[in-house]
Amino acid sequence: MYDVFIDPFVQMYSLPDFFIQVLWEGFVSGVLYSLIALGFVLIFKASGVFNFAQGIMVVFAALSMVGLYELGVPGWLSVILALAIMYALAFGVERWIMRPLVGQEDIILFMATIGLTFMLIGGGQAIFGGEPKAMITSEIGLPSGDYVWEPGGGIVIFQKLDIAATIIAGLLIAGLAFFFSYTKIGRALRAVADDHQAAVSVGIGLNQIWVVVWFAAGIVALVTGIMWGAKSDVSFALQIVALKALPVLVLGGFTSIPGAIVGGLIIGIGEKLFEIYWGGLIGGGTESWFAFIIALVFLLFRPQGLFGDKIIERV
Amino acid sequence: MNQAVQVPESADTFVTPDGRTVGPVMMDIRNIVLRFGGVTAIKDVSFNIMKGEVRAIIGPNGAGKSSMINVINGFYHPQEGEIWFNGSKRPSMKPYEVAEQGIARTFQNIALFHGMSTLDNIMTGRQLKMKTGFFWQMLRYGKAIEEETEHRAVVEEIIDFLEIQHIRKAPVGSLPYGLRKRVELARALAMEPDLLLLDEPMAGMNVEEKEDMSRFIIDVNEQYGTTIALIEHDMGVVMDLADRVVVLDYGKLLADGTPEEVQSNQAVIDAYLGV
Repeated sequence: MYDVFIDPFVQMYSLPDFFIQVLWEGFVSGVLYSLIALGFVLIFKASGVFNFAQGIMVVFAALSMVGLYELGVPGWLSVILALAIMYALAFGVERWIMRPLVGQEDIILFMATIGLTFMLIGGGQAIFGGEPKAMITSEIGLPSGDYVWEPGGGIVIFQKLDIAATIIAGLLIAGLAFFFSYTKIGRALRAVADDHQAAVSVGIGLNQIWVVVWFAAGIVALVTGIMWGAKSDVSFALQIVALKALPVLVLGGFTSIPGAIVGGLIIGIGEKLFEIYWGGLIGGGTESWFAFIIALVFLLFRPQGLFGDKIIERV
Repeated sequence: MNQAVQVPESADTFVTPDGRTVGPVMMDIRNIVLRFGGVTAIKDVSFNIMKGEVRAIIGPNGAGKSSMINVINGFYHPQEGEIWFNGSKRPSMKPYEVAEQGIARTFQNIALFHGMSTLDNIMTGRQLKMKTGFFWQMLRYGKAIEEETEHRAVVEEIIDFLEIQHIRKAPVGSLPYGLRKRVELARALAMEPDLLLLDEPMAGMNVEEKEDMSRFIIDVNEQYGTTIALIEHDMGVVMDLADRVVVLDYGKLLADGTPEEVQSNQAVIDAYLGV
């Protein structure tokens, strides 16, 4: 009992600098979870499709960028070209996957995104090869090194890269939020998410909206890929990490952008704290399942998530 | 059996009993045939809709009324026949292209954006009229603000007109049925359509709600001069509202004329009494 309920908090209190460090690490991985969840939310909001391919889109975007750089393209240009590739992908997905399947069951669209996943894995490996690549960071203007903060004799280290990642993610999220709440396309998008028939009858073209949405998800994927790749390497294994977005979505609600952010942070910080302070009691390695347990609890008590659409039942 | 009553082809305009001048022809529907696999939902139906009139489409269940609206609206594409709109033949169009032409509609089973507020729902009707780029809208700057205010003014006017001020901010999913019908009408009106298609605007309403809705439809027609084509089951309502009535039965045109003409038509009486 003592080990579970008292000792961890004593530790937190006695080593505050270490506690802050853990919080920060959790926060940074939380930001990455938020980003990847955001990619899912965008597409889910607009078409009710759970885009299984979001994880591989992250890998694909990052690989395209690094691959172009290796071909001798300057860093800044490779970012722009990678965005162009994501646009082409969005256009292709709309033209050859979404459009022929319009009006089909959600599960069929979901299967189509699984198909897309395998196409991107195969295509990506054929073009870029299967081995991991190192992410370019300083070449595209990301800082390296760290800030050291020494509060009262302790020591906390902030990687500059992590700080940059947080700021960029923040800007991206703010941009998307403004885009969706204040623009005509944003309103159209929320309309499409709600009712296809009604949307087209007020003059909203579905095709254009889907391209916009998939492209937005592509941009998010590229940013996620850069940030994540900078922490490890860019490899196809990254797409598995994307599955962490699932508990984040359950927590935050599938249709809510703030939900994705808060959910991501809760999971990121929660799993770090649990692993460091409680993990030892049950042999460690808790980070791989902690998020899913939290999600399970949420499914029991609040199935729409923290910020999901209210479930209105009219009988 | 088919003694279709026709307004003389030669007449370009006509004057209704209450003194409005209606015409010329806005939409001319010619020999529409619509099949779903082996089932023919609409069999060679022709009629027209004149500018400024209230045109009713009536008929028993399964007569093809809703299919007809869906053809006009672009959800269905007929296998045969032509639609002429404002004097030119319309190519095969998608629903959003039809909307761009100035044709709005409501649905029999209400198609609103349930998660959005009444206000946002109606604002989607202004979608086609918004011109500033998304970049300025995002920054809420300059022209974008002006434009948003302009559109809000139009929307507020419609909200006043339909007497739904009190539910302005409510998510429509939580509203009772009668009010949702009204919000849907408001959204269609926000498009400032030339032609408004109403698919059973009064289905499932009580007498009082029906009277309200009838009044709104008449007001829309008179104040904004909107041409209206509506499907309705309640014969009393149709007789009060409509300038001219088309009667469909089993996908065929049974009669076409003023309410009085249609009412005294033997084929119509037979179809409705099931003879």
